[in-house]
Amino acid sequence: MVNENIKEIPVGIADLKVVRTPNRLITLGLGSCVGVCLYDPTTHTAGLLHLMLPDSTKFSQVTKKAKFADLGIQELISLMKKNGAITSKLIAKLVGGAQMFSGMDDKLTMNIGKRNVEKTREILKSLSISVAAQDVGGNKGRTMIVDATNGKVYIRTLGKQQKVI
Amino acid sequence: MSQSEMSPMHLDALKEIGNIGMGNALTSLSQLVNQELSMTVPQTGFYPLEDVISQVGGEEKLVSCVILRVLGDIQGTVMFVFDEQSTYLLIDLLMGLPEGSTTMLDEMGQSAVQEVGNVLTGSFTSAIGMMSQLKLVTTVPVFALDMLGAILPSVMIASGRVEDKILAIENELFQSNQKVKGHFFFFADPDAVDKLLEALGLTE
Repeated sequence: MVNENIKEIPVGIADLKVVRTPNRLITLGLGSCVGVCLYDPTTHTAGLLHLMLPDSTKFSQVTKKAKFADLGIQELISLMKKNGAITSKLIAKLVGGAQMFSGMDDKLTMNIGKRNVEKTREILKSLSISVAAQDVGGNKGRTMIVDATNGKVYIRTLGKQQKVI
Repeated sequence: MSQSEMSPMHLDALKEIGNIGMGNALTSLSQLVNQELSMTVPQTGFYPLEDVISQVGGEEKLVSCVILRVLGDIQGTVMFVFDEQSTYLLIDLLMGLPEGSTTMLDEMGQSAVQEVGNVLTGSFTSAIGMMSQLKLVTTVPVFALDMLGAILPSVMIASGRVEDKILAIENELFQSNQKVKGHFFFFADPDAVDKLLEALGLTE
């Protein structure tokens, strides 16, 4: 079923967007980055954040809030509020945080993906937003699509069948 | 050196460094696979991550990447990107197999591609080292076969590059019949460019 009225809005790297039903959000190629989907089932409002790093406080210059878990999640929540979402109803779904490289180099294989996921969960917990589902870790890149109608998240991985959480 | 401080002359110098370094590297690879290989004139500039990704083929493009860190007097990250078909053909060439023999990546194939990265980077850094009298060493390569969009940001983060725009020397390499195509990137760490230009006597 193809409905031409449904728009699929792309979310870039270090970017965030919010849509309402019947639209969708898509972000391509999550590696160690984490895609944070926030969803309000009562107003059918979905938000998606493609974050790269856990913590902005280690950097002196912050040009894009959506690059970081700590600032990006706050920013996403306020944008969702502006779009009519109710903060207390929000649930979260997490995708990404993979370890992309195999090899011996410690610096390149240090697990930034895992740290992104840990920090994201910690922040969500402090905001009393529960994580309803997640597909994180492993060593494969993922593309995620969020459907604002039902809050479902579709995940594409190379060489595997599409997964729904 | 930041984007605003860099003059067209500096960018030209980096382009030339890329040209010499890659030329040297390509000669080594040509010898290794016994095939004539060519390359485009390198591009140098500050690019947003998204532009780098779209130049190679988009976020979801399946690619193999060999990544090495350059350490020593100057630091940076070297990355080779080959698309899926080129990866398999490279393996055939290296193993002396008939074209089309390799259709999936096994451990042997992976280490063959890693070795290509090793050889290329080794000659690249030794050419730059010779020119600038700087000491450069490379780390053991790491490898990934996946979506480009998943790999590149992870590389940038792991090498501590989190700016919106990255300084890259980039060129395309290909075999004479265009069957093997690859991209080469050198991402310089923040102060590496200053040191490099200074060593070459190009700072005022």
